[in-house]
Amino acid sequence: MIRQLSQRLLGPVTLVLLVLTLWLGLWVTPSFEVQGNLARLVYVHPAIAWVALYVSFGTATIASALYLWRRTRSAVVDRVAHCAMEVSVVFIILTLITGSIWGRPAWGVWWAWDARLTSTAILGVFALAYLALRRANDDPELRARRGAVLALLAAINVPIIHFSVQWWKTLHQGATVFTPDHGLKIHGIQAWTLLISFIGFTLLFFWLLRARYRLEVLRDERYAASLEEALVQRRREGVR
Amino acid sequence: MIRIALLVAAKDLRIERRSRVLLWQVLPFGAMALVLCGLALGPQHAGHSSAGPGLFYLVMLLVALLVINRSQVIEGSPGTKASVATLGLDPAGVFLGKALALMVELWLMGVVLLAGSVLLLHTALVGTLSALPSVLVTLAALSAAGALYGALSGGGQGPATLLPVLSFPAFAPLLIAGERSFSAALHGGALWQWWVISLVALAAYVALGILLYGVLEES
Repeated sequence: MIRQLSQRLLGPVTLVLLVLTLWLGLWVTPSFEVQGNLARLVYVHPAIAWVALYVSFGTATIASALYLWRRTRSAVVDRVAHCAMEVSVVFIILTLITGSIWGRPAWGVWWAWDARLTSTAILGVFALAYLALRRANDDPELRARRGAVLALLAAINVPIIHFSVQWWKTLHQGATVFTPDHGLKIHGIQAWTLLISFIGFTLLFFWLLRARYRLEVLRDERYAASLEEALVQRRREGVR
Repeated sequence: MIRIALLVAAKDLRIERRSRVLLWQVLPFGAMALVLCGLALGPQHAGHSSAGPGLFYLVMLLVALLVINRSQVIEGSPGTKASVATLGLDPAGVFLGKALALMVELWLMGVVLLAGSVLLLHTALVGTLSALPSVLVTLAALSAAGALYGALSGGGQGPATLLPVLSFPAFAPLLIAGERSFSAALHGGALWQWWVISLVALAAYVALGILLYGVLEES
């Protein structure tokens, strides 16, 4: 009952939160002191990056680790890893696009060879490589195992991206929300808008993941049915 | 594990020595790529360019892809997988052996191509010599990563285009670290910091390879 209700509500709640983010971010919150209206991207870009790097990539990594562990190995965790990685690609691309839109007026260029940008782009290529690897293998077991190993290898990049602004101190700014002593940098309505955007985009990820997962299940069922159909047909030909 | 690693490495190197593919195909390819880099820069810039270290590593990357693919093709030849499985060899030892053989091959290629970059791209001889230890560490890390990603791409049986797609994002940080330490050796700068990154990457890939190679070889 609760599960069904939460599944039904996921989409509408996500939509409401994203519309609320848009309204608060564009009309209610004040413009920023130095960057003016440009900095309103703070309500979109960090939340998308959070989902891309930690939520979706994290889900894919955990599901992959569960697949490699014999006790928890199943088609379900493999599907979750695959679907989360696909959604991750979308969010990584969105992170780079929104970052570029912010970077052009702020830095004067669409793209800079900055440590954070470069390491995020490398993660995006890793995610695409994961999808390419899965497409290259027909055997479901082999595909799942190799994909899981690659996801774990790619996950090493996530802490590098996180700490890149501290280790290399290049163009990208440091932490947006927290100060080094874990205090808040943003307060009041701006902090609330930021929180709503983080929750909204996180729910958007889970909504997309659920939709993609259902599609994958249908695809697998269709494949199994067509295989069964082909076998039946072959048997009939043999009888004749 | 070490004994198996040495056996596998010796087997791979023996095959390379007998087939002479490294000498007659991969090395000329690397030399040609270096010449093409010089041509791309043009006669005015080739001698004064600070792009020498980057171009050296770019050529090394192309050479490494050929060498890794070759190493996996050896493993994928008929009967080899079955023999390894029947012998019950420790996968960690097999991984270390493959990585060791790749490292020796890449070191040989690296030394020759470094000489080539001094000759063709006019990188300073003293700076190049002082960059040699960092180049060797970076190439060792590249070998460990290559052995792992080679197996991941299908062990010589997968499509040939898959290896570059899978390995480029993993090789990119290694190449950046290698290029920066080479540049620092030539023009001054933080040589040690980048060298440490290559060393950490080497340790990480060796550890991951020992842990995960068995999973990839599972039948």
